[in-house]
Amino acid sequence: MTAIAVEHETTARTARPAPARIPTTRLIAVELRKSFDTRSGFWLMASIGILAVVATGATILFAPDSELDYEAFASAIGFPMAVILPIIAALSVTSEWSQRTGLTTFTLVPHRSRVIGAKLAVSIGIGVVSMLVAAAIGALGNVLGTAITGTDTVWNVSAAELFYIVVANVLGMLVGFMLGVLLRNSAAAIVGYFVYGFALPPLTFLLAENQQWFKDLQPWVDFNFAQGNLFNGVMTGDNWAQLAVTSLVWLVLPLAVGLRLVLRSEVK
Amino acid sequence: MIKVESLSKKYGGFAAVDDVSFTARPGRVTGFLGPNGAGKTTTMRIMVGLTPASSGSATVSGRRFADLPNPGLEVGVLLDASAQHAGRTGREILTVAQRTMGLPAGRVDEMLDLVSLTPTESGRRVRNYSLGMRQRLGIAAALLGEPEVLILDEPANGLDPAGIRWMRDLLRGYADRGGTVLLSSHLLHEIEVIADDLVVIGNGRIVAQGTKSELLAAAGTLVRTRDVPALTRGLVAAGLEYSEMTDAIRVDADPDVVGQVALATGVALTELRSAEGAGLEEMFLELTADTQREGAAA
Repeated sequence: MTAIAVEHETTARTARPAPARIPTTRLIAVELRKSFDTRSGFWLMASIGILAVVATGATILFAPDSELDYEAFASAIGFPMAVILPIIAALSVTSEWSQRTGLTTFTLVPHRSRVIGAKLAVSIGIGVVSMLVAAAIGALGNVLGTAITGTDTVWNVSAAELFYIVVANVLGMLVGFMLGVLLRNSAAAIVGYFVYGFALPPLTFLLAENQQWFKDLQPWVDFNFAQGNLFNGVMTGDNWAQLAVTSLVWLVLPLAVGLRLVLRSEVK
Repeated sequence: MIKVESLSKKYGGFAAVDDVSFTARPGRVTGFLGPNGAGKTTTMRIMVGLTPASSGSATVSGRRFADLPNPGLEVGVLLDASAQHAGRTGREILTVAQRTMGLPAGRVDEMLDLVSLTPTESGRRVRNYSLGMRQRLGIAAALLGEPEVLILDEPANGLDPAGIRWMRDLLRGYADRGGTVLLSSHLLHEIEVIADDLVVIGNGRIVAQGTKSELLAAAGTLVRTRDVPALTRGLVAAGLEYSEMTDAIRVDADPDVVGQVALATGVALTELRSAEGAGLEEMFLELTADTQREGAAA
């Protein structure tokens, strides 16, 4: 082949118009699809509704009639949500590595931060929608439960409180997401979340009980503690500041480190 | 067109890819040949941005891979057919790629047809696929966006002989329509039948490259005799370069020259022919010998 022929061919081929950049909305739609299109993904999503119904049923069956109010339903449903949402968020990231789909994903979209960003958007969306669905199922349970027992239907969760609970669960979900990005391993991320969310609080509680200096410091350094205020229904300016500071240290910084690792690492 | 310039990748003190430069041209199938662990896959991974290079550059259609706005429409990539979510169906994997690239939904069926995956097969989850079916699915995904460039790592792995034939015809047609194909293999014969250009890599370095005909023409003459010492004395006397292979001698000269030498030396030959590819094979075996665990290749 002569140099002229090569020259000619390359110009002929690059003449094809450059395609447009993949829009972010499309990436989000694809990531949303990917969270439903496997059997495990589908059932993980379905489990949100299933667990909310189970928790509602259990409250109707087991809670004393006098305590059958909306708060009882909300807290009963809240617990499984706090477990399952972070797992969904973590797996949305780690599956790219554990299932090795990242090889395809990151060759179709070489800017990995865009993929992670789309996953983050999908996670937050799923978190908010799940919480609203859960709240609706709880409300249905409240109406149904009190109708069965013949007691008055009590709506003792204000819109503000409901909003705080949604914020708290989305924050928990983001912690799962952060661990997924940071660890890029499904098992490690899930174990990490349980250690962080369920094993650490009793320990910090114990520490705060016995060491006065930690008790004074705790609201500003303990992310779990700062989130706890969201469930108490009252958030002062100080509480918000504490939540912001602890989120920055325990969520935003590790997420930034994880993102940096994701961008630089090899996708095997 | 793929252009690789002085590409290196070091892991600690180990150079997986060491100053590799080559060009894969439009309208041609470029075979990327080397033993296992020679650096073929690492080079391809660097090309598509999955592995960062230590130094050097790789461009596709004149741009870095990361700068392509919608890479799937310009480069079809198949690095590892098994790197798919085992719980997705074959069709779903193509659909996810089709949506990402923003293509019409009909492309998925066209591609499934092209790679001969039946509707029943494409509806099955990938964990139930044989390696051959995964390769077909991977080829379908690579071709989905009608790219100008194909980068395929060991695409013939797991295919049966008919499948290999099918793949060969497919890639030949693709290159004939002006596409650039870069495919790797650790099997010389597999790549010999399809490639127009060859890039041979060993221990991270390029050891030979050129058109297939150039590399084959340089091979000289293959000659066999029962009396090897007598013939080699004759070749030395005639001032000819030669090398001894497993059961034959390869001479850097035309067959009629070697025949004259044999006649003059008075040695009976059992075979005398042009050594098409034998030189390449010899070089390849030497490369393999260094990395083979058994130690002895010859």
